[in-house]
Amino acid sequence: MAKKIRVLIAKPGLDGHDRGAKVIARALRDAGMEVIYTGLRQTPRDIVEAAIQEDVDAIGLSCLSGAHMTLFPEVVKLLKQKGADEIVVAGGGIIPEEDIPKLKKAGIKAVFGPGTRLEDVVKFFEHAAGK
Amino acid sequence: MGENREELQRRLKRWEETVLAEYLKERPESRKEFITTSSVPIRRLHTPLDIPPGHFNQKVGLPGEYPYTRGVHPTMYRGRLWTMRMFSGLGRAEDTNRRFKYLIKHGETGLSVAFDMPTLYGYDTDDDEAKGEFGTCGVAVSSLKDMEVLFDGIDIGEISTSMTINAPASVIWAMYLGNAERRGIPFSRLRGTIQNDILKEYQAQKEWIYPPEASMRLVIDTFEYGSKMVPQWNTISISGYHIREAGATAVQELAFTLRNGIEYVQWAVDRGLKVDEFAPRLSFFFNSHNDLFEEIAKFRAARRIWAREMRETFKAKSPRSWWLRFHTQTAGVSLTAQQPEANIVRVALQGLAAVLGGTQSLHTNSYDEAYQVPNEKAVRIALRTQQILAHETGVVNTVDPLGGSYFVESLTDFMEEEAYKYFDRINRFGGCLPAIKKGFFQQEIANSAYRYQTEIENKERTIVGVNDYVTEDVNVPEPLRISKASFEKQLKRLQSLRKSRDKQKHKKSLEKLHDVAAGKGNTMPAILDAVRAHATLGEICSVLREVFGTWKEPLLY
Amino acid sequence: MQLVDRLLKGDKRAAAKIISMIEDRDAQAQKVVSLLRPHTGKAHIIGLTGPPGAGKSTLISALVREFRSRGKRVGVIAVDPTSPFTGGALLGDRVRMTDVGMDDGVYIRSMATRGHVGGLALATYDAVKVLEAMGMEKVFVETAGAGQSEVEVANLAHTTVIVEMPGSGDSIQILKAGILEIGDVYTVNKADEGGAESMVTNLKSVLPEDREGWAPPVLTTVASEGKGVPELADRLEEHFSYLKKSGRLGEKERIRSEVELRDALTETMLEKLTTSKGGKKLYEDVLDKVASRKLDPHTAAKRLLSGKTG
Repeated sequence: MAKKIRVLIAKPGLDGHDRGAKVIARALRDAGMEVIYTGLRQTPRDIVEAAIQEDVDAIGLSCLSGAHMTLFPEVVKLLKQKGADEIVVAGGGIIPEEDIPKLKKAGIKAVFGPGTRLEDVVKFFEHAAGK
Repeated sequence: MGENREELQRRLKRWEETVLAEYLKERPESRKEFITTSSVPIRRLHTPLDIPPGHFNQKVGLPGEYPYTRGVHPTMYRGRLWTMRMFSGLGRAEDTNRRFKYLIKHGETGLSVAFDMPTLYGYDTDDDEAKGEFGTCGVAVSSLKDMEVLFDGIDIGEISTSMTINAPASVIWAMYLGNAERRGIPFSRLRGTIQNDILKEYQAQKEWIYPPEASMRLVIDTFEYGSKMVPQWNTISISGYHIREAGATAVQELAFTLRNGIEYVQWAVDRGLKVDEFAPRLSFFFNSHNDLFEEIAKFRAARRIWAREMRETFKAKSPRSWWLRFHTQTAGVSLTAQQPEANIVRVALQGLAAVLGGTQSLHTNSYDEAYQVPNEKAVRIALRTQQILAHETGVVNTVDPLGGSYFVESLTDFMEEEAYKYFDRINRFGGCLPAIKKGFFQQEIANSAYRYQTEIENKERTIVGVNDYVTEDVNVPEPLRISKASFEKQLKRLQSLRKSRDKQKHKKSLEKLHDVAAGKGNTMPAILDAVRAHATLGEICSVLREVFGTWKEPLLY
Repeated sequence: MQLVDRLLKGDKRAAAKIISMIEDRDAQAQKVVSLLRPHTGKAHIIGLTGPPGAGKSTLISALVREFRSRGKRVGVIAVDPTSPFTGGALLGDRVRMTDVGMDDGVYIRSMATRGHVGGLALATYDAVKVLEAMGMEKVFVETAGAGQSEVEVANLAHTTVIVEMPGSGDSIQILKAGILEIGDVYTVNKADEGGAESMVTNLKSVLPEDREGWAPPVLTTVASEGKGVPELADRLEEHFSYLKKSGRLGEKERIRSEVELRDALTETMLEKLTTSKGGKKLYEDVLDKVASRKLDPHTAAKRLLSGKTG
């Protein structure tokens, strides 16, 4: 049986704009993946704990309020601390171009800004799980 | 109209069979279906046949008169232009105060405050939950002191202020009132709006704190308080903007917004308030999206539906209770990060729709808002867009210029019919709250959002610069940053406030608030007292969280 | 084996990895499961099922909190259906349990049915063993609440809880075959909504008053507010005691073992038939014959098992 790709889609911080996160979750499901959506108002610790228990291949973080520089790297840091840094982390939302290299340096493998095609997100997670 | 309908019918048929048929053979239409932004298919042609006899008198009428389809005032923009009200907020109160003054200097005629995430959720800048979220998408207001600085040097007795705040609206409003009090401005002079629309939070924007019943109580408390103490204040802005941004179609935006409005009125009436006492101060807030005519039809249908519900269902006597007055914001979700200059065009057209639709107040987005809070140049262009609409295009010269258009009138009717179908469905749940708890709105919105995105993926829908007409070069205007220094300063201000206030007075005021909230009394006076005692936003909301609990949403995709 | 050692110490990451291996039917998986066997058998396995929207996840969350306050370690397996069209799944139960997800003494795992036809996949049974071996004293299994898995959960669990909700309107719902026989404890959740009382009455009127020494109680709960939850937890404990005292526990274990054995048999047989030399081709040939009505399924099965062709 082909291995199923498991992805955690998370909304860290206070931001309640979940249109994108939900659309992505559905698109990944339609692409044959098992998707766990954490819901709103998750702390980085909540997210990492869930990712470990669910043994996901990757995490997709969504933030539209500008708090990504604090929250996203925190998730990567905690994964490392818990010895789970083989879990790939991607981010999306309202993220200025300028911040993308900084996020990548902090361990975010990909950043999907406004206008991203669902196909590209799907391909990324398929690839991330394949490793 | 005066056309002989049968003759017209025949003529149309002849046209279809000859002129049209021949042309289609030579040049078939470029698509199978031509759809609106909401995926509604639009017919090729509209004629007087689409307008039933008696339509004008029953459905359209004259502006300033029931059913107000053509506008709430008889002269509309000839009497007074819409308010140019640019939504703004960032960093600390000082930063936003500067932006306010900049915009006023450049011609904005009303203020609109955007708050940061922690403030929107009732947290102080130094709360744990606020980590990383200070000032990034709006201004941080944790105390009365912040409110003072925010409006420093601005005459709030003269200019009207709209505040986009929902779950903690009563508290922020109390701070605004407290500030006016300190400046010796009587409440009776204050003009403005608090968004205070908690229903749409559960449905779309998700910025809630307490469970629905407790939140509705807080809202009705403001209606009651406002109608007595702050008579010129709009204590609610019943919003469709966010519902639309979350993915809803135009019909869903229209239907959910108005049904929410009906819900608020019902709750107020159930409390014992007389409808004509508070209804004139209910206001609305809509989105203006890409499809020009769909939006115009939506605004016109909204006025007609509301007028009917207020007069016929709620038996309001005062015409002011029948008016649907609204603010509009151009669709944030339509802005692209790719080739952002193109957003200037989108916003201009969306602004045009709002004006042709008869809005009372307008915010036009800045071209860089797809990825940041707008910088000065961008926001100035957005403001100029409104000024060009007002002074150069001539659209203000006549009232409801599209009235009588076969297309727009039939589209208006269609939207009205569809809205009522949604009312029926929501009523079958037993009203807005049961429907929210069952996730009805959320599911509808998520489905529309997914369909829209799928259309873009399949190229059934073109977004210029994103899935077609793509260019490689990236033109990035300087991003706006919130400095760490700003954050530190805000923390210091909070700390010094906590140290210097009268601790006894502070403690007592929160205890009083707890008692009032746990009972049945109106919470506004107690909130105002707590504000006067320099309780912070986070402290007041904590008390209310203790009494009311917090809400967790039912999840549906 | 390192992974198993870590699991026995309560390591959640190890648990997660092992469950993934089991789900993927990894070659190592069977070996790992056999190593776990001696460490299982002490936990109380509680299955929850019921119609969608009844609030199962919220109720489990509340029960987890309750048992934690009683000093027990708790595991949860939440099963959601895999889309037959896309092969993907939206696992949406965890999100309702986020307030307990961070507790050290709690482990929550979402599993998709992965196309398992009718009932619960063997992987779910094995996943339960992982949680047992990990030291969880209470293991909740929540099922999708639609189709066969509702009834099947009673085979897996010691105590089966049926979660209903008021005013389903459809009284036929509660008369659905099997539901009334498999429940050990019933609760009408969202009891603050109108119609709870009549639902309770309905249930009481159709349920047996005594089933081999156990009287299935009908409770009411408002999971979102924690109302009725301590009482529900008490009943669950009572049922477990009853099973032990009456000797029913051994019977239940036997039933579960039989289901697992049969499932394993089917799985092993199919694997053997379709992966052995020439086996796949033989299988396809026989399938063609059945599809074109040249052969009936029963004869076909016998032939496959005996290794004959045509």
